[in-house]
Amino acid sequence: MYIYDAFDRRLLAERVLEFRDQVSRRLSGELSEEEFKPLRLMNGVYLQLHAYMLRIAIPYGTLSTLQLRKLAEIARKYDRGYGHFTTRQNIQFHWIKLAELPDAMAELASVGMHGMQTSGNNVRNITTDQWAGVAPDEIEDPRIWAELIRQHVTLHPEFSFMPRKFKIAVGASHRDRAALRIHDMALRLHRNAAGETGFEVMVGGGLGRTPYLAQTIKPFLPKRDALSYVEAVLRTYNQFGRRDNIWKARIKILVHDLGAEAFAKEVEGEWQSIKDGALVLEPAMVADIAGRFRYPDYKKLDDSPPELVAARRNDRVFDAWLSNCVTNHKVPGYAIVTLSLKPEGGTPGDCTAAQMDKLADLADRYSFGEVRVGHEQNLALPHVAQRDLPALWRELDAIGLAQTNVNLISDIISCPGLDYCSLANARSIPIAQEITRRFHDLDRQRNLGRLHINISGCINACGHHHVGHIGILGVEKNGEEFYQITLGGKADENATLGTLIGPAVPYAQVADVVEDIAAAYLDLRDQAGELFIDTVKRIGIEPFRERVYAAR
Amino acid sequence: MPLVENGQIVQDRYRYAGDEEPIPGRVPVIVPAQRFLTDTDALIRRDGSLGVLWPNDRRIAELAPWLGHLALVALQFPKFRDGRAYSQARLLRETYGFRGTLRATGDVLRDQFHFLIRAGFDSFEVKKPADATAFVQAASRYSVVYQPTADGRVPALRRRVQRAAPSES
Repeated sequence: MYIYDAFDRRLLAERVLEFRDQVSRRLSGELSEEEFKPLRLMNGVYLQLHAYMLRIAIPYGTLSTLQLRKLAEIARKYDRGYGHFTTRQNIQFHWIKLAELPDAMAELASVGMHGMQTSGNNVRNITTDQWAGVAPDEIEDPRIWAELIRQHVTLHPEFSFMPRKFKIAVGASHRDRAALRIHDMALRLHRNAAGETGFEVMVGGGLGRTPYLAQTIKPFLPKRDALSYVEAVLRTYNQFGRRDNIWKARIKILVHDLGAEAFAKEVEGEWQSIKDGALVLEPAMVADIAGRFRYPDYKKLDDSPPELVAARRNDRVFDAWLSNCVTNHKVPGYAIVTLSLKPEGGTPGDCTAAQMDKLADLADRYSFGEVRVGHEQNLALPHVAQRDLPALWRELDAIGLAQTNVNLISDIISCPGLDYCSLANARSIPIAQEITRRFHDLDRQRNLGRLHINISGCINACGHHHVGHIGILGVEKNGEEFYQITLGGKADENATLGTLIGPAVPYAQVADVVEDIAAAYLDLRDQAGELFIDTVKRIGIEPFRERVYAAR
Repeated sequence: MPLVENGQIVQDRYRYAGDEEPIPGRVPVIVPAQRFLTDTDALIRRDGSLGVLWPNDRRIAELAPWLGHLALVALQFPKFRDGRAYSQARLLRETYGFRGTLRATGDVLRDQFHFLIRAGFDSFEVKKPADATAFVQAASRYSVVYQPTADGRVPALRRRVQRAAPSES
């Protein structure tokens, strides 16, 4: 957990003052809505269908219980008693009043939180693996680098008015849990042949109407050069990215049009002229940031303590929850617990103020006061002693946070869609809700195994439908909601874009189509019980297409 | 449109010359990029301060060989949201070492002052009179910065290792 120091607090306080001034100039009419728009966007304030929406960054997905309680308070005081966790380690409040926004922001600033650069054409919240710092397979904590980059790009004088938004993710494992390849820029820590750690740099990923996976332009970047290289990429994009057409303004189009090699060459030229200048990261600077990440004082415990083994043997429901939702920790005797925000019939990613408060209490008692937020719109308790798992499970169950469906078909990633968003063409949430009802039987879900459904209500792809094992995209045809279905996408270390299986289907048929696809998979999977995604990879989409369209 | 320099509204000593019109001797002028590039020799031999208005979609590197002859470079913000000239400004100051006046023109509003100053601008054609009046206040909004630029302010990353804490407010 990164602890803000006096510099960080001061900057945030000054930002709140500036925003308060901007809001008062808007309310007095001194600023037109057109002039106010980019200013509010730089603070995470959108104007949606029904009200203003405030998006708050949760850098690298790490929350303290102090912060979580503050989010609960904001939800209660300024919103309708709940918040919505997004696919980019942000939380959104959808019903906030413009005149109250500066006060809400001041309260957030008191716990080191803000909405800065959660929208607008600047560098957005830096995301990482939600298991950073606790995953057994990482080579070091990627959050230190995410924080260094976060600070560097915050209120950056050169990059606050780029052609379009810019999303950066940082990873530190051969397993990609941060969807690196769908980001404008991604840095992956790895070790080279000489045993030194550095970054593989990827650029040009993104979904939307022209989906691309990021390409590697620098296989090994020394750590001291992380900031200068980010600067060189941003400078190249800021000058040469297209600004004539909003649909072609992301860096992915520039990288694609120039070719990754030519783009890399342009960046390299710029980087050579700045790499040994003021942006060199001296070890003392990195150590200072690393020193403000606090790690728990773990006890010396053994894996699989007898009380856990007994609980698994005695309670089948507990055992199922454990095998779906609990993951290995790098410290013996501890575990990472994922909390599904996908109850049957619920809105994916929604969490009530009461749940936040109670979860904060549980995190204080069982997880050293820390909670994580992942891009799958779920939460996690990152430091739970294995012997505490049975007790924690009972308490989570009491507040509706012990859903067993993590990574199963009802663990759906979805954007807010037409129920909230002014950009959407179709509803997303009711589709997700119907699918969770169809597959409410847990045994059936477990039989289907790991299966990710992603739903977007428009081509902007906030629900990452291109990288869902089953992707569902809402489109509008003659004033009616239709949905395109893709299969075979994934956002992990073998990232792939899904393939469209055929014509779009109407709203009322989407859940039926998902049932057909699930049934086809059960018929078609091999004897060894391969995963859905592996079946699609092995046999292609054709057999699924036949099943889905034979009867339609 | 008020001009702000050194935190104050000042009279513009320069006048803009178009592509064709004759330039009177010794008067400080700002000429369009195309005219400068076509008529470089005559313009730089002329007695009188010379400025160039450089478009934001042309590489600033093209201007680099002539910077020693220029007293002013004016960069353009056709829209508030079009931020290409921030990169041009930093390149001029930090890569090419330009020490003359760097002027921001176009859609220049109060909420950009902090960024413009940090990028190296020191002359501002401000669109709204009220913004020009509020210049000093808007420009001194932030006492902490996270990036090193040509303005010489020490970023937090370096101040931390120098153990110089800011005063809490």
